[in-house]
Amino acid sequence: MSLEASIRLTLGPLNLDMEITIAEGEVVALLGPNGAGKTTLLRAVAGLIPFESGFVRLDGKVLEDTSTNKYVPTERRPIGLVFQDYLLFPHLDVLDNVAFGLRSRGMPRGAAAEKAGEWLERVGLRSYARAKPSELSGGQRQRVALARALAPEPRLLLLDEPLAALDVTTRAEVRRDLKRHLMSFQGIRLVVTHDPLEAVALADRLIVMESGRLVQTGAPAEVTERPRSQYVADLVGVNLLRGEAGNGSVQVAGGAVVSAAGAESGEVFAVIHPRAVAIHRIRPEGSPRNVWPGRASHIELLGNRVRVRIEGQVPLVAEVTPSALRELDLIEGGEVWLSFKATDVGVYPA
Amino acid sequence: MRRERVPIVVIVPAAIGAAFFILPLLGLIVRSPWRDAVTALTAPETLEALKLSLLASLSATAVGLVLGVPLAWIYARVEFPGRDLLRALTTLPMVLPPVVGGIALLLAFGRRGLFGSWLDSSFGITLPFTTAGVVMAETFVAMPFLILTVEAGLRSMDRRYEEAARALGASRWRVFTRVTLPLIAPSLFAGAVLCWARALGEFGATITFAGNFPGVTQTMPLAVYLLLETNQEASFILSLVLLLISLVVLVGLRHRWLIA
Amino acid sequence: MRNRIWLLVAAVLLAACGSSGGNASTSPSSSLLSGYINVFAAASLTASFNSLGVAFHRASPGVGVNFNYAGTPTLVTQIEQGAPADVFASADTTNMDKLTADGFTSGSSRTFARNQLEIVVAPGNPKSITGLADLAKPGLIYITEGPTVPAGKYSLQALAMAGVKVTPKSLETSVSAVISKIELGEADAGIVYTTDITAAGPRVQGVPIPAASNVIATYPIVAVKGTRYPDVASAFIAYVLSSTGQSTLATFGFLPPS
Repeated sequence: MSLEASIRLTLGPLNLDMEITIAEGEVVALLGPNGAGKTTLLRAVAGLIPFESGFVRLDGKVLEDTSTNKYVPTERRPIGLVFQDYLLFPHLDVLDNVAFGLRSRGMPRGAAAEKAGEWLERVGLRSYARAKPSELSGGQRQRVALARALAPEPRLLLLDEPLAALDVTTRAEVRRDLKRHLMSFQGIRLVVTHDPLEAVALADRLIVMESGRLVQTGAPAEVTERPRSQYVADLVGVNLLRGEAGNGSVQVAGGAVVSAAGAESGEVFAVIHPRAVAIHRIRPEGSPRNVWPGRASHIELLGNRVRVRIEGQVPLVAEVTPSALRELDLIEGGEVWLSFKATDVGVYPA
Repeated sequence: MRRERVPIVVIVPAAIGAAFFILPLLGLIVRSPWRDAVTALTAPETLEALKLSLLASLSATAVGLVLGVPLAWIYARVEFPGRDLLRALTTLPMVLPPVVGGIALLLAFGRRGLFGSWLDSSFGITLPFTTAGVVMAETFVAMPFLILTVEAGLRSMDRRYEEAARALGASRWRVFTRVTLPLIAPSLFAGAVLCWARALGEFGATITFAGNFPGVTQTMPLAVYLLLETNQEASFILSLVLLLISLVVLVGLRHRWLIA
Repeated sequence: MRNRIWLLVAAVLLAACGSSGGNASTSPSSSLLSGYINVFAAASLTASFNSLGVAFHRASPGVGVNFNYAGTPTLVTQIEQGAPADVFASADTTNMDKLTADGFTSGSSRTFARNQLEIVVAPGNPKSITGLADLAKPGLIYITEGPTVPAGKYSLQALAMAGVKVTPKSLETSVSAVISKIELGEADAGIVYTTDITAAGPRVQGVPIPAASNVIATYPIVAVKGTRYPDVASAFIAYVLSSTGQSTLATFGFLPPS
């Protein structure tokens, strides 16, 4: 039992070309910057937008296939969809909203109301059954939207940025609840998000998308430890270099050769944590094999840390303490030397 | 609380504009013979005209809904070549002088009309001089209001609600009746009321296409026009009644029909 | 130079005087008349009065005549509500009496023509109408003017005298409206004036009504109170009553005033 989809479509400036496979029991997060095509992919899987070529198969049954011109309309797909702004029907009360999917599939009024009531109980909102969506808070609406999507017991649950509409304080609490509900759901779960924290918290596997294409896929730990795109590197907050490896060093773009322990051969990524990058005013002597001149182009204070962006042959971000910054007497535009140990460079195949 | 003063350049024309509409109403109120009001209003011809007017205008609104909502839906949702032309044709009666509309109806549905002649020869049905003819004339002039209002409502609604309903398994009909219609209910209501009000006041197309006979085709506006020649003061009272009905309707709608 | 201009002006004036001086039946001062009048006339006078207007203007080039035709009761309402009428020509005495009683006339009205009713049908008389009795034929669409329009009132009288019971399908606001609908083919028969049928030419056909059941309509004309050009108004009325005017009216089918 799984979801298999291969979709190619063009929507305005976006050229989508993606293949995904999600096994039963997996919670997959689609992660990527705005405009990557995550929501478009979700809507294509749901059957809401036509695509140029490809197919969608759920549990072995073909829902859509351009080669055979097969198309199962959205309303006949066993899916549950939670939109970014929930889209609870404003003219129906909470109970009728949750019961909508049941009633649409033919369940008689009484049975549907009862089942809907059970779901409301499960999300802790039974007392709000007769309220209108406008009377609920953002977090409550999110729970109703989830209950509404789950009530008809779909095989595939699609969530589009489920926490994006919430403020930061509500988000953490709702995320915990959402995780709980996702865990208890039996079918296939696909969550779209641009928030890495959300992705890591909710998912077993991440699929990273950029400009309509797959960039990286894997368990959250693997993705964050071994980013394969600048986007993920930025999300995680590490330095990412790419180049040709050979005998303990990596030749990166621009010609610089970085000493890296474990760099054998082939195309590789090299990741360096900003904390491992040291800043000096004068060229340092001693053990670090990687020493490069540069200019501090941007200095940012983040709580009790300082991030310094250094431009040069090997552009990197270094992280120091505020006191260290004072000792260096460094201002933006100042000339510096950076250094890091070869053992602090993580290398893995590209 | 500090209130910003309205510039005089705005106040003066606005006041003149308001007076332009208020004075006729005042004129009617002042000149109407209130003592004879009850007699005038309860005269059998008046009641007959009133009954006919209500029957015809409500029927015209019903026809407008049945035919107009699908048209509005097509204009708002379906792209096809010639759509703009079709939309212009079906809203033409709004700018056409009503008598012209009546003539056009005669040429299409009159005894020698394009379609009317076929009706007459095949079924012996003639539409002019009948109450059905009145309904047709009123529908012709009033339906465009309904179409435009409903179309605007359909365009401005968030279509993702329909997607949400589809994702929950609702068939297209169910989506339309349980989600779309309730969401555009304000526009639907406003459109129907505007259509009804316009149908109630229709004169030119009615008298040209349907003729004038008490109880069959003599609606309130026709009755008022004729009373003007025979019993002026009674015509003032009836005019006032028609004016007040329209006023109540528009006040009731308030701003709802402006934000479709 | 100046002397020559004065001579020219005098010559023109004399010539103008001379050309109109020989016609005794027109108003004596018509050549020096100036101004314009609005004549409100019953719908049945459309063709004849247009012709009279052209002739009147030719005789007195300094005047302009505008015509407003409608059902007689409509005209009365318009005048009483302040429409700028200078002359009123009515299709019956009832409406004229009303206008006079309400104080809108100047001087006494004069009868200038009479008319009689005729049945109007489509060319070729497709429904084979021969008289008033045929109007009650089942399936026939008969229309007439409203009871306040003189022609409508008279047609009711005619039908009553002939003992024919028929309900019209519509009560139109003027004879012109009835003729239009016959012409369009929407109605089969109506009752209008003989003059209307003459004026409509080949577009309609008439079926005469025998004198025994016919009603004679009396057309009076009057100057409206408060006219800005009373001279022109009375000149026009005099022209209508003159032998020239009368013979014009006769060619359109009107009967003489007595």
